[in-house]
Amino acid sequence: MIRLPLVLGFSAALFAVGVYGVLARRNAVLVLMGIELMLNAVSVNLIAFSQALGEISGQVFALFVIAVAAAEVGIGLAIVILIYRNRETINVDEVNLLKW
Amino acid sequence: MTAHEWAFAVLALVGVAAALRLVTASNVVHAALYLVVVLSMVGGVYLLLSAEFVAWVQILIYVGAIVILFLFGLMLTKAPIGREALDNQSRGVAALVALAVLAGLVYLFQEAFPWDGPRIDPSGGSAAAVGESIFARFVLPFEAVSFLLLAALIGAIVLSRKDDVA
Repeated sequence: MIRLPLVLGFSAALFAVGVYGVLARRNAVLVLMGIELMLNAVSVNLIAFSQALGEISGQVFALFVIAVAAAEVGIGLAIVILIYRNRETINVDEVNLLKW
Repeated sequence: MTAHEWAFAVLALVGVAAALRLVTASNVVHAALYLVVVLSMVGGVYLLLSAEFVAWVQILIYVGAIVILFLFGLMLTKAPIGREALDNQSRGVAALVALAVLAGLVYLFQEAFPWDGPRIDPSGGSAAAVGESIFARFVLPFEAVSFLLLAALIGAIVLSRKDDVA
């Protein structure tokens, strides 16, 4: 038996750390890692609610989150490598072509 | 606290500590290794919640595949060492925003789910149950996800290919 608020607190902490990682890092790969942390926090919540309610769909959605995360990392890293090839840097604050 | 809760607390503490080290690491490869720790701890939490299928998928896909992708990304790009070079100037603002998010989430959770509320009784979550749910109720989203993966695969190839024409 696990108290639901314990699990929710864990996921909230993970999500907040991910937010910090996304906002404070300038290396694009590290920003992507922060996004992974946030996605994992969401999955933890999905699993926790799925088990608390005795409803399996939450776990199916956690699987979908994992699949979408895999696609996101693949595309994200391809873009990062492309930017590196063109600009010799992957610092997100130096990539400002679309900024007015 | 029950034995389950103690085990969960250990996993959660190690996971959050590793996540904090991840976002403050001064070496990108160390950050990727801390990511392994975080993802494994989350997988352990899934196992504790008896979501065994999702737990092994987490280990296989995240720890096995996504971290390798990250390491490849780090190898193919040059990254300096040191927090000053890896972080931007707005670290204080970022910490403030993260703390605000944490406070908001904790406030909402403790309003909606009281400490003495219903507990999780881990059961179910086997591959059989998950598979039955996927192929009985979520066939269409499942196909959509496979299409998404195909599109991502082709997109990644197209993006990272060197075009000699231009």
